[in-house]
Amino acid sequence: MAHVIVVTSGKGGVGKTTTSAAVAAGLAMKGKKTVVIDFDVGLRNLDLVMGCERRVVFDFINVINGDANLNQALIRDKRLDQLYVFPTSQTRDKDALKRNGVEKVLDELKQSFDYIVCDSPAGIEHGALTALYFADSAIVVTNPEVSSVRDSDRIIGILAAKSRRAERGEAPVNVHLLLTRYSAERVAKGEMLTVEDVQEILSIPLLGIIPESESVLRASNTGTPVIFDDQSPAGRAYSDAVARFLGETREMRFVKPERRSLFRTLFGRA
Amino acid sequence: MVLRLGEAGLADFEQTLRSQIGRSPQFFAKAPVVLDLKDSQGLAAAADFAELKRLLRGLDLVPIGVQNANPAQREAAAEAGLGSFNGAAAQRRAAPTQPAPRPAAGATRSMLVTEPVRSGTQIYARGGDLIVLKSVSPGAEIIADGHIHVYGALRGRAIAGATGDGAARIFVKRLEAELVSIAGRYLVSDQIAAEHLGRPAQIMLDDEHMVVLGN
Ligand SMILES: Nc1ncnc2c1ncn2[C@@H]1O[C@H](COP(=O)(O)OP(=O)(O)O)[C@@H](O)[C@H]1O
Ligand SMILES: [Mg+2]
Repeated sequence: MAHVIVVTSGKGGVGKTTTSAAVAAGLAMKGKKTVVIDFDVGLRNLDLVMGCERRVVFDFINVINGDANLNQALIRDKRLDQLYVFPTSQTRDKDALKRNGVEKVLDELKQSFDYIVCDSPAGIEHGALTALYFADSAIVVTNPEVSSVRDSDRIIGILAAKSRRAERGEAPVNVHLLLTRYSAERVAKGEMLTVEDVQEILSIPLLGIIPESESVLRASNTGTPVIFDDQSPAGRAYSDAVARFLGETREMRFVKPERRSLFRTLFGRA
Repeated sequence: MVLRLGEAGLADFEQTLRSQIGRSPQFFAKAPVVLDLKDSQGLAAAADFAELKRLLRGLDLVPIGVQNANPAQREAAAEAGLGSFNGAAAQRRAAPTQPAPRPAAGATRSMLVTEPVRSGTQIYARGGDLIVLKSVSPGAEIIADGHIHVYGALRGRAIAGATGDGAARIFVKRLEAELVSIAGRYLVSDQIAAEHLGRPAQIMLDDEHMVVLGN
């Protein structure tokens, strides 16, 4: 049975879309047939990050409304045959996400996919609530700063109270914390919350720590999910997180500031 | 602070309040508010109280409860998550002679919460004690007519003795609260002595004053 993962946060700009793209690609690399859906109606960022923006014909809303079928709308990734992108509409607004329509589309996707990754919009309104409603698991993307942690806490509460699993009294949504845009240097200087601070407040299991890394911007500018970049700390951290999601044990990396050798510092290489 | 709601209605109340706040914004910023309903006995719909709460929050005030409420108003206020307090005078008169009935010791009178209380949620233990085994997040609110026990960190707001029981207490394993209140008296986090922050504490009323005891 297919597994629905929502990537959510409450707060905007914390790395949900970056994470959705990386996690979906990571699952596909592990041989899981995966589709990543853009629930951020009106903004449409996912197809850019996935590098398929010039192949979009029909979108999620078209399929919900019955104007196109799944085969017409799904875009197969050029790098991984197990990976598909389901883009959203840039012209409509989030009210177009009718819950029944979304349910029908998800049920159809479940027939042929192992994992369905839902890239949630920011906020705690209709769009975000619809994205998390059908989730089996949630990846709560959080930056190590107070307002992001507070919004994540709020979203975790909503997952526990307003998801379909909660409403039906089924086993709760499996909630994971992914700490992103983590700068070990700034944490060491006391400018950002530590991993322990964040875990203490949110008290959910930690799936991974994604360091702040220039490679993320580079990756999204070239439409390549950062997980393809195995030289980049962020890419490697995402690979670890996906492995953990699938039950492997991996040590947490990138928690402490990197010790720079004198040699590297002298030559200005990070 | 206690704000009296007149007969004139919400729009009027808001306007008067806005101009008062305009004159001394420092004084009002984030001030906890108890609404006195003495002059507005007609207001009895939960929706009205929810609206009032929104209005007060919008003005950067912290609504915590109502006083001088009739039974219908108590009910409606509770539904909107506002505790009911006895007016200070009534409380003084009542306290020495007839202590409020304690909830019976039976398990049915206490409410047990085994999960963390997340930001944006509110829990009300009506008619009894509230026991929370995990932490209460900033932006969450726990309310009980009796005592409150928190076996994690209390980082949100805790309101014990919500219907006026001045004997109610708050026990926390780790005090980092935004606000603690007992029977209409309150302390905001700025008023809690630094020595108690992050530590186990007991909060009670002593002669109508909020007291924090470390242990
Ligand atoms: N680990 C990271 N290091 C550096 N920049 C990041 C990282 N994660 C995300 N970003 C950047 O942050 C911005 C917001 O990311 P995005 O994934 O679009 O967030 P959201 O979908 O939550 O709004 C983008 O410019 C992205 O490139
Ligand atoms: Mg996004």
